[in-house]
Amino acid sequence: MLELDCRGLVCPAPIIELARHVGDVEIGELLGVEATDAAARADVPAWCRMTGHAYVGEEKADDGVPRYVVRRTA
Amino acid sequence: MPSAATPGSVPEPGRRVYLDSASGEPLHPAAHQAFVAALEAAYADPRRLHHSGRAARLVLDNARAATAEALGVRPDELTFTSSGTEAVRRGLLGLRLGAARRGSRIVHTAVEHSAVLQAATWSGATTRAVAVDATGRVRLDDLDLTDAAVVACQSANHEVGTVQPVAEVAARLGDVPLFVDACASAGRLPLPDGWSALAASAHKWGGPAGVGVLVVRRGARWREPFPDDERAGEHESGFENVPAFLGAAAALQAVVAEREEENARMNALVGWIRRVVGTMPDVEVVGDPVDRLPHLVTFSCLYVDGEALVTELDRLGFEVASGSACTASSLQPSHVLAAMGALTHGNVRVSVGRDTTEDDVERFLQVLPGTVERLRARV
Repeated sequence: MLELDCRGLVCPAPIIELARHVGDVEIGELLGVEATDAAARADVPAWCRMTGHAYVGEEKADDGVPRYVVRRTA
Repeated sequence: MPSAATPGSVPEPGRRVYLDSASGEPLHPAAHQAFVAALEAAYADPRRLHHSGRAARLVLDNARAATAEALGVRPDELTFTSSGTEAVRRGLLGLRLGAARRGSRIVHTAVEHSAVLQAATWSGATTRAVAVDATGRVRLDDLDLTDAAVVACQSANHEVGTVQPVAEVAARLGDVPLFVDACASAGRLPLPDGWSALAASAHKWGGPAGVGVLVVRRGARWREPFPDDERAGEHESGFENVPAFLGAAAALQAVVAEREEENARMNALVGWIRRVVGTMPDVEVVGDPVDRLPHLVTFSCLYVDGEALVTELDRLGFEVASGSACTASSLQPSHVLAAMGALTHGNVRVSVGRDTTEDDVERFLQVLPGTVERLRARV
């Protein structure tokens, strides 16, 4: 899984990072957006819905920061 | 230095387009005259027995009767409050206390106004949020009444405009009382049925600010949630702003009389905005496309900071609102958009009013796509 460190970034920066880097993984592979911004919890799944990628779910990074996991589908 | 009475830099008239009537509607011309006349005549304490007191009482009773008639409720069910927020607090928390023996939980839709959510939290009651679908409409299959003292369901959503199925909610409640926050729709749409208490706010229909309306049905079990005010009647507190109540009543009467025509006109303007915005790339229009308030539309733009978009549109002369909170990481985004699964950043709410023209909307739609693209190019 490619991890994107978006700690300290405010919306929409984590989603911009996600869009920039989704092409860095192969189709079917995972990206994790690690973000402290509260909006990312709603916006990563919404981005997936709007762009056709699959939202896998939320987990925690080692430091407790939420990691929102996305599967590239196209 | 400008005095307090002269605003600093008002842009030249005619160049600004106000598209935020859902936050605050300009005073209706019908309200203006009534308000000013009552300022002169209705200053006294309406509870005093002297001539001036009786004059104020007459104005207050007239305002109450006219407001009740326009809303389709009984005058003795209606109390003016100092704001929509106060009406929400008294309505919701009074019903909760009245039903304390029935249950202890406040059940509310996930998309209630923050005034409802904060009142529920303040009360110390346990709460349960009822989920909504992608349009923001409450999901009846998620309504769980276990230990419920009261259920809160708005008439329509203030951020995305979706009208809630209040009668269907009410039909499922048995004898659990229903509180309806009707602030977003009162005046514009007829009130729904099936509630025990309801709140509305005059400045949302073109009345003066600082006037709320609380309606408690006769026979509803309602108990005062705040300290008693020994000079005031049931449901009331504080010295009444009688002139503003009369202004609110006059505005409401005018809005209700005009609403068939005005709603159709505003609905067409909003439909136009929805169609054009719906063709913009990476932009999503949110809320129910049909069963919605006539005057507002909300959309979210991917990769754009909503507050930057509001600021840029303002610079260009267009005044809109945003549910985004991107400027500080500690701020929470709109709980309404989050509950719907909608994008919370890049959010703009556009609401038209009685003064909004086709030309205003056309100019807005001319500048919007380019403005969004310019902001995207900056990041």
